[in-house]
Amino acid sequence: MATTTATRHSRRPSKTLLEPTGKEAESYEPPKLVVPVDPSRDHIQGDPKALLTLVEYGDYQCPFCGAAYPEVKKVQKELGAKLRFVFRNFPLTNVHEFAMDAAETAEAAATQGKFWEMHDFLYEHQRTLGDQSVALGYAKKIGLDTQKVERETSQHFYQKRIKDDFMGGVRSGVNGTPTFYVNGVRHDGPAEAEALVESLKAKS
Amino acid sequence: MRKSSSILNPGRKAPNFSLNSTPDQKVSLKDFRGQPVILAFYPADWSPVCTDQLSLYAMVMPEFKKFNAELLAISVDNIWSHLAFAKDRKLNFPVLSDFEPKGSISRKFGAYKEKIGESARALFVLDDKGVVRWSHLSPDGVNPGAEGILSALEQLNKPQT
Repeated sequence: MATTTATRHSRRPSKTLLEPTGKEAESYEPPKLVVPVDPSRDHIQGDPKALLTLVEYGDYQCPFCGAAYPEVKKVQKELGAKLRFVFRNFPLTNVHEFAMDAAETAEAAATQGKFWEMHDFLYEHQRTLGDQSVALGYAKKIGLDTQKVERETSQHFYQKRIKDDFMGGVRSGVNGTPTFYVNGVRHDGPAEAEALVESLKAKS
Repeated sequence: MRKSSSILNPGRKAPNFSLNSTPDQKVSLKDFRGQPVILAFYPADWSPVCTDQLSLYAMVMPEFKKFNAELLAISVDNIWSHLAFAKDRKLNFPVLSDFEPKGSISRKFGAYKEKIGESARALFVLDDKGVVRWSHLSPDGVNPGAEGILSALEQLNKPQT
């Protein structure tokens, strides 16, 4: 697991050969979110003016994001109105073949006012994720206009937005999924409720 | 920009190397003279997929290419592991094996951990003349992501101070 205490090495093979000393860990500062939360664009759950902000860059097909999903719910329950939660797309399409279809479906749901219903449905049915036809089945289940979803996802209406999310994440130091930002600073601890709450409270 | 006392620092000429990218093909650093080169030393193949540094770089490759940059990933894993790993993660850049003598190239860059016998997670951005213009050593267990590389590539086109 991640640890920031590097071991100091007393043995050096020769003065021409170099070795990490551990100093890098002492001066380490986690990266910051460079794309501020924008209520006119972002998917925000909770009071848009809440004191605390948790941003997740996630991939609907990533099992670690699936595992983090109930953890975020616990954080929201514990912090209540003090917290706003933001979800941004970071589909790792080279290793997750259905991640883009899922992200596009969620964005299509957002246009019909049901982003969070779809977001939750996708994580709760992660093992059944599939191609566009499966995604359309989900759209029907949560009561969307499926013809509209089909048209928009076939024409990849939302891919630019998803790719913009992705690149904004890259420039903010997203290094895998899920990556969380607590009040604008990357959370390098575990993606678990306890660690997230502790980090959120520490910065309030 | 971060400085480190141990890894090869900006301003230093990167030592040339020639390492296997497949069982019968070698890649030499000097082959890329004339374009920026990103060197990504990393501890081992097969870290969990969603948090894998090299899978992320495969996704960000189009951005690196905007700077005409080449990426070379290097670890001490053997070439057969590299081939399977690169195929599984759909890596679109050479993955080089610093296998024999083990870690000798990583050492030259100050990116070798003697006690555990793995390359450190160290990044270097070289300019078109093979001079280190940015280097970064990550704390243990922290995947550095791609942001530092992109910032360094942007800086390459600006006048040196």
